[in-house]
Amino acid sequence: MKLANGNYIRSPNRYSWWLRQGRYVRYMMRELSSLFIGVFSVMMVWGLYRLSQGETAFTAFTDMFWSKSILVLSVLMFLFAAYHSYTWFIVTPKAMPLKLGGKRIAAGVIIGAHMLLWLLCSVAVWAAFVYGGAV
Amino acid sequence: MSTYDPNVAPKVSNKPIIWSLFAAGGTVTALLTPVLVLLFALAVPLGILPAEMFSYARMESLLASPLIRLVVFGILFLSLWHTAHRMRITVHDFGLRSDGAAVFVFYGLAAIATIVLAVALI
Repeated sequence: MKLANGNYIRSPNRYSWWLRQGRYVRYMMRELSSLFIGVFSVMMVWGLYRLSQGETAFTAFTDMFWSKSILVLSVLMFLFAAYHSYTWFIVTPKAMPLKLGGKRIAAGVIIGAHMLLWLLCSVAVWAAFVYGGAV
Repeated sequence: MSTYDPNVAPKVSNKPIIWSLFAAGGTVTALLTPVLVLLFALAVPLGILPAEMFSYARMESLLASPLIRLVVFGILFLSLWHTAHRMRITVHDFGLRSDGAAVFVFYGLAAIATIVLAVALI
């Protein structure tokens, strides 16, 4: 683009601007984590639908997870989901500043409490599935 | 300054609904999605848990409880709408500038998945 004083400025490329700096890349990866969470959610919806169709349909669904390409996708889904959790909890002091007795609670305490809650939820879900229910 | 006209209904924003679904979904997925991926996508192929734990009979018996079905619906519903909203905003950053198309595609897909989920669980 030509400016009034005769100089030129180059506008950043609309598709690749975010590759120019590490923090832009990290921002885009944070946003893109939702795509992997969405793909996983759709897979789970599909699994529940196949479950409702009977044993043959459901077994075909669970067999899918043995394939190499699905395993690679699963690892990516796990890494992106964990990155989403990390980025979500690291901003909690800014999204949800808390006061106790007129004093601001330290950012590290709010982040630490969320990380601990994340760990407890993970262990609880794992234990509930493995040890809970019939059979 | 615009004058208030009692005969004209104020413009109602849908932002509180979509942003609260995004925030609730963001929190639920942050707390639960990593362990759910580990459990339902990785545990069996990596040999951490036996495949029998994910058998048709066991899954059916776990989902026999209406409360469990409601919780599963809530988690997946919020995850889907979190994704739909965040991807609507993010495709703009990737250079795709049509918000109308993004709304149609992402909210449309989330709506279809929500209907399939409801049908599967009823």
